Amino acid sequence: MSVTTAAGPRHGDYLSINYTIRSWFLTTDHKRIGVLYTITLTFLFLLGGAAATLIRLELVTPAGDLVTSEAYNKLFSLHGIIMVWFFLVPSIPTTLGNFLIPMMIGARDMAFPRLNLASWYVFLLGSLFVAAVVILGGVDTGWTFYTPYSSVYANTFVMATAAGIFITGFSSIFTGLNIIITVHKMRAPGLNWFRLPLFVWSLYATSLIIVLATPVLAIALLLIGLERLLGVGIFDPALGGDPLLFQHLFWFYSHPAVYIMILPGMGVTSELITCFSRKQIFGYTFVAFSSLAIAILGFLVWGHHMFVAGQSMYGGMIFSLLSYLVAIPSAVKVFNWTATLYKGSISFKTPMIYALSFIGLFTMGGLTGLFLAALPVDVQVHDTYFVVSHFHYIMVGGMVTAYLGGIHFWWPKITGKLYPEKISQLAALTLFLGFNLTFFPQYILGYMGMPRRYHAYPVEFQALNVLSTAGASILAVGYLLPIVYLLWSLRYGQNADDNPWKATGLEWQTSSPPITHNFEQTPTVTVGPYQYSPENPEEFTPQGGQHD
Amino acid sequence: MTETPIAHAHQFDSMEHQHETSYLGMWLFLGTEVMFFGGLFVAYAVYRYLYPAAFAEGSSHTNLLLGSINTGILLVSSLMMALAVRAAQLDQRKRLVMFLLLTIVFGTIFLGIKGYEYYHEYQEGLVPGIFFTYTGEHAAQVALFFVFYFFMTGLHAVHMTIGLGVVAVIAFLAWRGKFSSSHYTPVEGTGLYWHFVDMVWVFLYPLLYLIN
Repeated sequence: MSVTTAAGPRHGDYLSINYTIRSWFLTTDHKRIGVLYTITLTFLFLLGGAAATLIRLELVTPAGDLVTSEAYNKLFSLHGIIMVWFFLVPSIPTTLGNFLIPMMIGARDMAFPRLNLASWYVFLLGSLFVAAVVILGGVDTGWTFYTPYSSVYANTFVMATAAGIFITGFSSIFTGLNIIITVHKMRAPGLNWFRLPLFVWSLYATSLIIVLATPVLAIALLLIGLERLLGVGIFDPALGGDPLLFQHLFWFYSHPAVYIMILPGMGVTSELITCFSRKQIFGYTFVAFSSLAIAILGFLVWGHHMFVAGQSMYGGMIFSLLSYLVAIPSAVKVFNWTATLYKGSISFKTPMIYALSFIGLFTMGGLTGLFLAALPVDVQVHDTYFVVSHFHYIMVGGMVTAYLGGIHFWWPKITGKLYPEKISQLAALTLFLGFNLTFFPQYILGYMGMPRRYHAYPVEFQALNVLSTAGASILAVGYLLPIVYLLWSLRYGQNADDNPWKATGLEWQTSSPPITHNFEQTPTVTVGPYQYSPENPEEFTPQGGQHD
Repeated sequence: MTETPIAHAHQFDSMEHQHETSYLGMWLFLGTEVMFFGGLFVAYAVYRYLYPAAFAEGSSHTNLLLGSINTGILLVSSLMMALAVRAAQLDQRKRLVMFLLLTIVFGTIFLGIKGYEYYHEYQEGLVPGIFFTYTGEHAAQVALFFVFYFFMTGLHAVHMTIGLGVVAVIAFLAWRGKFSSSHYTPVEGTGLYWHFVDMVWVFLYPLLYLIN
């Protein structure tokens, strides 16, 4: 153990310390596990994206002519299941989170490195279930598994899919638990809670949701499994069961899960906005506590998914009001990011373009969320493309954009290579344009009354659907380009120095890529994050460190 | 890094740091377990509220005597576990192994009695989905009661079984002398889990056996 590494930055870093396959598959290094997760999630993203491609192709014409309605049902189910549980929920926490949390807090590793590796294996096992379902013939319940359809009537692979999600839940919990304990117990000397980078705060809040909500999903899935297996009537009204109870249990997890799918993106955005406007974040404590506020309020609003499902009117009113409250901490963040830009020394490097896209797209998604939280509006547009567009603005426009911004920002740290700037900026802009062209028409379609989850539609909706599909092909270019040039950069990219962005975080005060134990000696933290100077963009005060 | 068997893992600063971290991790894990059983308790509460008469009727068909005895046995096993942790703190290796084995003995008796109850309920045709012959005014709702009865106690039994496996491993390690008054985190962590599973039963017992 504890090999003394040679001093040069290119020797003995976590990537080159050992090249064997075994050293990767048995690694307990949080950085390597982050890389393993990134590779796995990229494949799953492409699989979920392939399903989305077929959906958009089907919707080019009003007639259901490309795939049958059954096949279409399976496509949107797989798209939702893979994208939610096998990409978005784990996306930033397991990749950037795994890589960065210990580095940002000056630790040598996560608190429980073996649990961390186990989480990846458990995740693989869960993914295999879903892969098997794809090969065997799919599942058609939608990602929501509403009963009694899923428990009694569906003749597809509901059990195997539910098992995959159940198993993957353990991997989520392992990661969430690890992050919480690591942030509590592993911080470097001097790094008190209000010196933590906001990325850490946001992942801490995310992890709280993960550990508290995921077990409830697990029990809901077990109950469905039991009902399917034994034919007992837990959610079957014919046997005295209550199908609404399933929706309550499901959304008790799945609404907080929406915040699992956005809070990490907010954390990334806070890091990028400050660095590329060379300014201290505006209102640090407000941004930090707004993450916790979103996490807590997120547990109290699940009923807004059930406004038309038959819950009591008073329940609906309370859930509507509470849903409005979530807008407060969300707006706090958006306004604080905007205020951070004010009089900053802004440079439009690729990560910054992604971060600004995030703010715009998240704001759109958030505002339409307020429309949907209003009972009378929701009754009109429930289950239409308006809802589809709303949550894609948050989850894809928000989270995936932030994920890509983060990958670009920390790419030099993770790989030791610089990505090519020009083409990356182009890809980021392509993504922003393609995304809006894909999903903005869907707001209008939903407002006009086009329901979701049908493979055919009336002729008058065609023009907007063609626009949306055209946008999706541009969006696809925006996603595929980074995969190509980032891989290219691994071989041909320029070597990155330790801190190419002149950023303040501890992760930038060690070599690129870092050594296995991250720091030659545990850093001592003397100042809060984001000590930038807009007057002199070259100037910054690192949070602490070993050099300088 | 030194070669002593109880050197702390590389990511920690000291043995004490490692212990504190492990405990916090265990407590948080138990928090997830509370939410896991919590979802089930909510579902139970909904149906009990909807069908109070049927749930009372179903409850009267459980074996109150055996359920009560089992509650006592499980509490004794928890006492054994607490004594085992105390023995570890006091460096009493033999007593530590003995109390861990006693924990296993009482835990196994609990599962045996539970199995005997299941067997009887099966014979009486009270197992929904497999063999359910109960006829009465609220047969469907009584079936719902028994779905929850079997699922809740079954899930509890799964936790017990996992716990027995873990306690057995800990007992083996204790016998090999792996623990001392300066290093007994695994014993105490296992103890926390065991007491948690015990607590779940303390809630299950009145909810399922004592409705009337």
